[in-house]
Amino acid sequence: MSAPVVGARALEMRLAVDETAIVPYLTGGYPSSAVFADALLALSRMSIAVEVGIPFSDPMADGATIQESSRVALENGATLESILVAIEGLGRLDADLVVMSYLNPLLAYGYGSLLPRLAGVGVSALVVPDLPLEESEQLASVSREHGIGLVQLVSPVTSQERLDVLGQASEGFTYAVTMTGTTGGTLGAGPEVTDYLDRVRAASRPPVLAGFGVRTVDQVRALAPHCDGVIVGSALVEIMSDGRDPVSFVAELRQ
Amino acid sequence: MTTARDETGRYGRFGGRYVPEILVPALTRLEETARLLLDDPGFLNMYEEELSSWVGRPTALTHAVRLGESWGGEVWLKREDLAHTGAHKINNAVGQALLAREMGAERVIAETGAGQHGVATAAACARLGLDCTVYMGSVDIERQAPNVERMRILGARVEPVTSGDATLRAAINEALRDWVTRPETTYYLLGSAVGPHPYPWLVRELQSVIGREARRQMLERSGRLPDAAVACVGGGSNAIGLFHPLLDDPIELIGVEAGGTSPELGRNAATIGRGTPGVLHGSFSFLLQDDDGQVQETHSVSAGLDYPGVGPEHSWLAETGRVTYESATDDEALAALYELGRHEGILPALESSHALVGAKRWLAVNPGSTVLVGLSGRGDKDIDILRGLNP
Repeated sequence: MSAPVVGARALEMRLAVDETAIVPYLTGGYPSSAVFADALLALSRMSIAVEVGIPFSDPMADGATIQESSRVALENGATLESILVAIEGLGRLDADLVVMSYLNPLLAYGYGSLLPRLAGVGVSALVVPDLPLEESEQLASVSREHGIGLVQLVSPVTSQERLDVLGQASEGFTYAVTMTGTTGGTLGAGPEVTDYLDRVRAASRPPVLAGFGVRTVDQVRALAPHCDGVIVGSALVEIMSDGRDPVSFVAELRQ
Repeated sequence: MTTARDETGRYGRFGGRYVPEILVPALTRLEETARLLLDDPGFLNMYEEELSSWVGRPTALTHAVRLGESWGGEVWLKREDLAHTGAHKINNAVGQALLAREMGAERVIAETGAGQHGVATAAACARLGLDCTVYMGSVDIERQAPNVERMRILGARVEPVTSGDATLRAAINEALRDWVTRPETTYYLLGSAVGPHPYPWLVRELQSVIGREARRQMLERSGRLPDAAVACVGGGSNAIGLFHPLLDDPIELIGVEAGGTSPELGRNAATIGRGTPGVLHGSFSFLLQDDDGQVQETHSVSAGLDYPGVGPEHSWLAETGRVTYESATDDEALAALYELGRHEGILPALESSHALVGAKRWLAVNPGSTVLVGLSGRGDKDIDILRGLNP
């Protein structure tokens, strides 16, 4: 028996093969550490990858829903370390883990101890929304040493020239932000979105995941031919806030 | 007007551009345009014309004779309180509003803490015919009510911010969220020497008029440069504006942060004195944060200093030792405010009163020497806080 393939390259392979991956996003430690862990375990059984957000005091790229979930998680005492401990407690998960964090909690933890720790709990990709390419070299290289891909984000206002550079630099997947604005808006699925995704896909070496504003099965169907998967964030956090079942919500999006 | 380190937006290890990808094109465009226009004689003439005929520059340099006698030395005040709208903020606001107009922005957004930057931006936008929205924390709206009214009269929309700590820091977060929503048509008129590159550089360039004038006025009036120059530091725009033109002179430079009610985390806003390096609002600088990298709430009697970050150039000047940073408590600042009022007939802003504390301390240790104080703004806006308080 060969060792399981892990890390960013393995995630890239799995995303490329799967029809249209639905990647659920959970705010770490929200609404409580236990409910978060249960949801992560359940979602990992039905997903290629699950994205876990590390709450931050000043989430400038997030809309009201994720801001509020971050605030509650921090109030409950969630930290980067406590979230990793909760994940560790679940044992080896079926899904790849993607960690989303603003830069400052990562800096406070220290890259030197953080990256081995993330690799140890099964993280294969890292998304840092306030770390553009020009500032990302150090984190990208330390991540790479541990098999973790630093994901680059692109947006509809990214020039073609820059898109080409970001699409080659990204590892694990390329995060195609579908619209300007913060998380939690509602996305249209007109030609301006699908044309944009086609451009990202053409420029990107790794698979492309689309995120921001995806909430319905109709949107997923419209986006599916133009990307390798979609990230469902605020809509799922709302489900968690309401105490509803995240598994059946994600299953519905898959229809 | 620039130095080598400004090209990369780095001040030693501090600075940088830590923002969502969506904002990168807007910041690049701003940097390119600002570099071009700040070297363009036509643009500079237009800016200088606004500064002289509308802002009222040069502002006076006042020899505070009675205060100096009381403190045992010579005290000179650079009177930014006399600038239009009552503080140094207007120097930056009118400069950036001119840039926004040149760049064809459809709307201008800004954040404000004490309301001074909000009022300055509202005024500059009215003057230039630009649509203006100002984000202001609901806590600050409460404690700086007169400025909210002034912004409304000048035609700006004031958007209350209730998220986070509902002060300046939350207002910046909300302005950034607005900007990522409409990055191509919106000009973000940031009010302090903080944030992602090019803002710390751009704001410093526009505020350096303070130090250039003060240096010239000191030489004209007293025949020599001061022994020390003191300014208050929140984000640090008036301080960098005063200090930058004096960096190469043999002058002791002192920045005074808000010491609040105690040195404990959460009870002050002494970012350089009590903080550690980290990333907030787009730049790497000193920050009041916990061990997990979560930014902490701050306290200061002065809303304009009540901010957990500081401009990256200040962090660098602290690290190199060129500028000394200390703090003044709420009570010390209040006492200094009354001293200036009763000796010189000037009511300073609570922010500026922190600088007075630094000057008084300097003279206590260096009696007979000459100190220049950056009096960044006037205190009319603080009347509600001051009412009933006595030194």
